[in-house]
Amino acid sequence: MMQAHEGYVTDDGRQIGGTVMELKNITLRFGGVVAIKDISFDIRQGEIRAIIGPNGAGKSSMLNVISGFYNPQEGEVWFKGYRRGPMKPYQVARLGIARTFQNIALFDGMSVLDNIMTGRLNKMKAGFLSQAMWWGAAEREENENREAVEKIIDFLEIQNIRKTPVGRLPYGLKKRVELARALAAEPQLLLLDEPMAGMNVEEKEDMSRFILDVNDEFGTTICLIEHDMGVVMDLSDRVVVMDYGRKIGDGTPDQVRSNQDVIDAYLGVAHD
Amino acid sequence: MTDRQPPSGDLRSVPALLARNVARFGGRPAHREKEYGIWQSWTWAQAADEIRALALGFLALGVKPGDHLAIIGRNRPAHYWGMIAAQMCGAVPVPLYQDAVAEEMAYVLEHCGARFVLCGDQEQVDKVLEVERATGALAQIIYTDKRGMRKYDHSRMNALADVQAEGRAAAQRLGAQLDGLIAGLDYDSTCVMLYTSGTTGKPKGVVLSNRNIIETAKNTAEFDRLDQREEIVAYLPMAWVGDFIFSVGQAMWSGFTVNCPEGAHTMMTDMREIGPTYFFAPPRVFEGQLTSVMIRMEDAGHVKRWLFRKGMEIARRTGPALLDGKPVSVGDRIAYGLGKIFVFGPLKNTLGLSRVRVGYTAGEAIGPEIFDFYRSLGINLKQLYGQTEASVFITQQPDGQVRSDTVGVPSPGVEVKIGENGEVYYRSPGTFVEYYKNAESTASTKDPEGWVATGDAGFFEEATGHLRIIDRAKDVGRMADGSMFAPKYVENKLKFYPNILEAVVIGNGREYCTAMINIDLSAVGNWAERNNISYGSYQELAGHPQVYATIKEHVEAVNRSVAEDPMLSGCQVHRFLVLHKELDPDDGEMTRTRKVRRAVINDKFSDLVAALYDGSSSIHTRTEVTYEDGRKGQISATLKIEDVQVFGQASQQKVAAQ
Repeated sequence: MMQAHEGYVTDDGRQIGGTVMELKNITLRFGGVVAIKDISFDIRQGEIRAIIGPNGAGKSSMLNVISGFYNPQEGEVWFKGYRRGPMKPYQVARLGIARTFQNIALFDGMSVLDNIMTGRLNKMKAGFLSQAMWWGAAEREENENREAVEKIIDFLEIQNIRKTPVGRLPYGLKKRVELARALAAEPQLLLLDEPMAGMNVEEKEDMSRFILDVNDEFGTTICLIEHDMGVVMDLSDRVVVMDYGRKIGDGTPDQVRSNQDVIDAYLGVAHD
Repeated sequence: MTDRQPPSGDLRSVPALLARNVARFGGRPAHREKEYGIWQSWTWAQAADEIRALALGFLALGVKPGDHLAIIGRNRPAHYWGMIAAQMCGAVPVPLYQDAVAEEMAYVLEHCGARFVLCGDQEQVDKVLEVERATGALAQIIYTDKRGMRKYDHSRMNALADVQAEGRAAAQRLGAQLDGLIAGLDYDSTCVMLYTSGTTGKPKGVVLSNRNIIETAKNTAEFDRLDQREEIVAYLPMAWVGDFIFSVGQAMWSGFTVNCPEGAHTMMTDMREIGPTYFFAPPRVFEGQLTSVMIRMEDAGHVKRWLFRKGMEIARRTGPALLDGKPVSVGDRIAYGLGKIFVFGPLKNTLGLSRVRVGYTAGEAIGPEIFDFYRSLGINLKQLYGQTEASVFITQQPDGQVRSDTVGVPSPGVEVKIGENGEVYYRSPGTFVEYYKNAESTASTKDPEGWVATGDAGFFEEATGHLRIIDRAKDVGRMADGSMFAPKYVENKLKFYPNILEAVVIGNGREYCTAMINIDLSAVGNWAERNNISYGSYQELAGHPQVYATIKEHVEAVNRSVAEDPMLSGCQVHRFLVLHKELDPDDGEMTRTRKVRRAVINDKFSDLVAALYDGSSSIHTRTEVTYEDGRKGQISATLKIEDVQVFGQASQQKVAAQ
């Protein structure tokens, strides 16, 4: 069923569209180490797609391939119908891809608001001089972008820390600010690298709720890497399972859960 | 400019007051709300337009006179509009506590038979849906915040904005009907129904008429000379009678502006931006503010600390006297003026209290130090005494006669008498109509002549005519030796220490008193930080030997002061322990208005109570806790029990007994 490239309807009744990104036979090597070996899968419009796997399975490498940060030695990456070559980060951002990082990458000395505003940079066109003078187009642009950012602040319920320097925030909130910054770019594809790592139960629940709401409210396609199996299974529409750089499972959470290879990879298997 | 005319025939309902405000203050702001980082505002004319659209929308949805419309959400203009729109349709608005868990909500929704519920957001909608089956009567849910609501079954659900749009579209069709319903409202129609917090037993629905609300608002607005220029910040639960009186009753009567913060967490910043002129806060808020000021001062540099100390010395000496209009020497006036420029002016500004002309506190006793602190800054902080059944006001302090240990003189129009057992009774135009569907309780609370028993024990000071409250009448008990037991009196003294957040004194029918204490995490945590004491959790900090030592000092100081009052010297605390968890409304240990539920605590912590009286020096215990999402967990701890020195007669008795 999953092989069909037209959309499908999820259990909770959401219409998922056609393929947005397709990865064909990706192999990624670092010197002699093979991080990803011959993996293919796709991401469809409007779905929440998870990549899971034990430590060192190559999940983060996979995300870096998707984001265009790594260039695989073999295989093809197709995004919105075009084959993609090596790219600079700003080119990735212009394509409509945004991401968060496993170990938070925010500007500690800047306020939450300013951090999120940086997510809007590729929407601003005013020249250096008019920005410096805050005049004409620059003023109009800043007001428009500030409005967009304020909607995101409201959406993620971080109004109370709007003016707080990011360095003073606890971990869970930093993660939320990072999500806010990624959202500020109004991405079509949002990549989340372990959005819930190091969080307590309540923070995880909040973050899950936000991820679902982002998907529901903005129709953003989301691809996430996560460790916590429970969370992944609740959240995602389809899951790719990786182990030692290979794909060992792909399908709905239920399909993946009953896949013997996946069970072996997670619970270990007796080798004779 | 202030309206001082008695309500004429056409000012006998809240919608009528709204119409008058549109005519008189049409271009002035009625409501403000901070959203998307900016204060959005609605003039009286705009607010009235929104309210009318909503009322028409309600009619289109099928709201009928006599229906109950529950409102569950934070303070937002839209929710206040919902209450007034409901009144216009002849329906009864019933605001509920938004942090109530589903079961608590189920009881109230079922009891009032709410056919319509206005929910603030998805969280509240979920709770209502969860209990819907139990209540049965529910016809429609209306929600304010659209977020996350797309996937819900909308056959009986509408966004508030859509209800308004529908109302506007139906203006021609339903306008005349609505006008007829509004014209039908009079002084005796129900204005609002509010549920009591339920310190004991199930909450009761207090029915308040337009007469109750408007007369009370009028009398008290005149008492403090409130007019349309006042600014208030609406941040206390909408289900609490005080918020209704301030943000609806008095705001409608005087025509002043109600400002709604962005959210609970942004309250302090938003308040600083608005600078309210009329401000109410429970003692807890003032305590919290003072604690945070003190913590920040301790972290400040030497020069600032010196300035603050000097400034506060002058303020303490002169501030209250200046406020009360007593004579103050020229030198002190100059010193106070300088202090105002360099110390208390900026401090008041930081607290958002620069423009406060009238400030009130009530609900619990406030510590004299805390009270004096704010008064010495030049903030006209006063106390009032009231309850839901009285539409808040029973007594209040007039300007110039303010003290921390009284609650003032009877409010205008209120008669107060003291019963034979010391209980306070009142009769006023604000006295509630009835408890909804509970004639028995109504009869036992309000006698045929209209006198209402407050349940509090108190007395009038002969010299000043001010009322003093001792304790809840039913909590006042006897010790085993027959001496008076007034737990609240001792608890309040304990709670005046910033390190102590909550205290529960036990001793009714016992030989001596003991106490369970909750530390204040922000104050004690800061102290620990400054003294390089590391701790991993609330529980670990609470059990730290040095924390125990500090609390012990506080308890001894309280004993010393309790011993000075011969009537109450038996209430000295002999043994105490520091609790391993904060008392929490989610666990049923406190009411939503944060009043201690003694019976629940005695029952839930019965093992601790036993240990306090069997002489043991520590106890191992397991306690059930409820997380925010309603799931339950267990925490276990070993608590130390400390003996404390007692003073005066009590100590002699104990020695004799040994």
